[in-house]
Amino acid sequence: MTGPRVTRATRASRIAMVLGAVTLIVLAAAPWWAGRADLRLMGEIFLYLSLACLWNLMAGYAGLVSVGQQAFVGFGGYMLFALTIFGGLHPVVAIAGGGVLAALISVPIATLIFRLKGAYFAIGTWVMAEVFRLAFAQIQALGGGSGTSLPVAIVKEIGRKKAMRESVSYWLALGAVLCVLLAVYVFLRSRRGLALTAIRDSEVAASGLGIDIWRTKLEVYVVTSALTAVIGGLIFLQKLRISPDAAFSVNDWTAFVIFIVVIGGIGTLEGPIIGTLIFFALRETLADFGTIYLMVLGLVAIVVMLKAPKGVWGLIRDRFDIELFPLSYRVHHPKD
Amino acid sequence: MTEWINAVVQGILLGGLYALFAAGLSLIFGVMRLVNIAHGDLIILAAYMGLSTTVMLGVHPFLALLIVMPLMAGLGYVLQRGLLNQTLGPDILPPLLVTFGLSVIIQNALLEIYTADPQKLSGGAIETASIPVGGLAIGVLPLLTFAIAVGVIAGLQWIFYSTGLGRGFRAVSDNQDIAQLMGLNKAHVFGLAMALALAVVAIAGILLGMRTSFDPAIGGGRLIFGFEAVIIGGLGNLWGTLAGGVILGVAQTIGGKIDPGWQLLAGHIAFLIVLAIRPNGLFPRIEH
Repeated sequence: MTGPRVTRATRASRIAMVLGAVTLIVLAAAPWWAGRADLRLMGEIFLYLSLACLWNLMAGYAGLVSVGQQAFVGFGGYMLFALTIFGGLHPVVAIAGGGVLAALISVPIATLIFRLKGAYFAIGTWVMAEVFRLAFAQIQALGGGSGTSLPVAIVKEIGRKKAMRESVSYWLALGAVLCVLLAVYVFLRSRRGLALTAIRDSEVAASGLGIDIWRTKLEVYVVTSALTAVIGGLIFLQKLRISPDAAFSVNDWTAFVIFIVVIGGIGTLEGPIIGTLIFFALRETLADFGTIYLMVLGLVAIVVMLKAPKGVWGLIRDRFDIELFPLSYRVHHPKD
Repeated sequence: MTEWINAVVQGILLGGLYALFAAGLSLIFGVMRLVNIAHGDLIILAAYMGLSTTVMLGVHPFLALLIVMPLMAGLGYVLQRGLLNQTLGPDILPPLLVTFGLSVIIQNALLEIYTADPQKLSGGAIETASIPVGGLAIGVLPLLTFAIAVGVIAGLQWIFYSTGLGRGFRAVSDNQDIAQLMGLNKAHVFGLAMALALAVVAIAGILLGMRTSFDPAIGGGRLIFGFEAVIIGGLGNLWGTLAGGVILGVAQTIGGKIDPGWQLLAGHIAFLIVLAIRPNGLFPRIEH
């Protein structure tokens, strides 16, 4: 006679883990089996998936709906250029340094914009991103408003040959998405993650249980800002050229990311993955239509938000009751 | 010295335009707690509707208002009842994301129809006319814009506090459920509020189009100016919003006087300073 058992892992999650590991090995070997264009596209997919996971952690779990994450994407990008050109650092070190600096400046920013509630917080983050864009456009040493390119000598530090550089850049993107996914997953399974989930479900109840809401949100904001800046550095390592308009683009780094998360399923770990795959499938098929494609994307996001607010993954989960990342608890009652 | 006084005067008048950007935003938030991310793009949409009207009918932009205002108001009512009412509720995510999607759709639709080329509404002689006042030349159009802003805000105040419609607005703002019990149809009241807000947006769009050139991508920036004016002035206070617009305008023209690259940055910095020392704005009315 045994009591009820509580588990987190399920059969589906174990299968998903094995499949995930196999996929990872296959993807890590991509430079040997994929063409250059495919490698580039996959790198881009990984970086968008990272941005989507981070935005989802903020908006879907901490209730911090930001439309200004481009501030940190651009900041990370500019730090890559500034720290390599003026600091003489290796690009990878510069990207990590950009993350640390982003964490530092995100604290005073948070103390200011956390005063704005809900939707006003969202626009406040956008104002911050605009301040960043205008400020970096003033720095003549980094090309001012027209931007600058990464000097050849620095590019060569990544790899002497072009093929080598492309492989390294791809592996960095793959490593980044793996780190982000693992970090978010471990965070959500931890004590703090539990606090965060409690805040998501009810702020009043969470604070009644002794959770410091402001502090928890600040931690999430600082961590996502730092990681977003690292991803920004990797994005502009792929592009090798930066300008204020490209670095702080609200469409590229926030609108697309929001659509990915909403379509995939906000507040779940699986959602951003599905959303990213759908987004790139749409983009690769409809990209020739330019503006029409963006209108379709906006329309799809509106319809999903109204008709299926939990997104595609929410529909799948409600239908089949599966979870690929075991975050919730399941109680098993022993059969008599 | 006169140059600086001139910068301040121009800034005050510019503030009138920002107050017009902000008035609709403030109204919508006051009545239904909705923050419309597409607000700036709707201003640009109104400017383009003004462009099409003036080109097709060959009329002055001010006359085009007779067509653009009812069209925008009608669009507001339909948008609210057909789409936005479904997003209202305790969760802030749906209205935010739906209006964000709307913003992307409007922007790209304008890009598809009108291309990315900058356009301008031609106001004729009024654009260059100015009144000399003690060594300064005050432009007639900026002065008129400011006067219209004051008139619009006075009108909105009057509607809010002296008419049956305004009573409805205040009732649903205070408590939606009890307002329903008192026989108000909140879906209809919200529709009327959005119609009124977009009528103001039409005025703002036409005045913007006569003042500067515009293209489909600049909506987001106009939303931010309006939002900053609302926060500087204090939530829920329309006259405060006018003061907020003026402060923003003066900060921008003074910043621009010091260094042209600093114009927009100075406005944002003024906003952040107010947020740091008076988080509820300078003239708060309702606190949430």
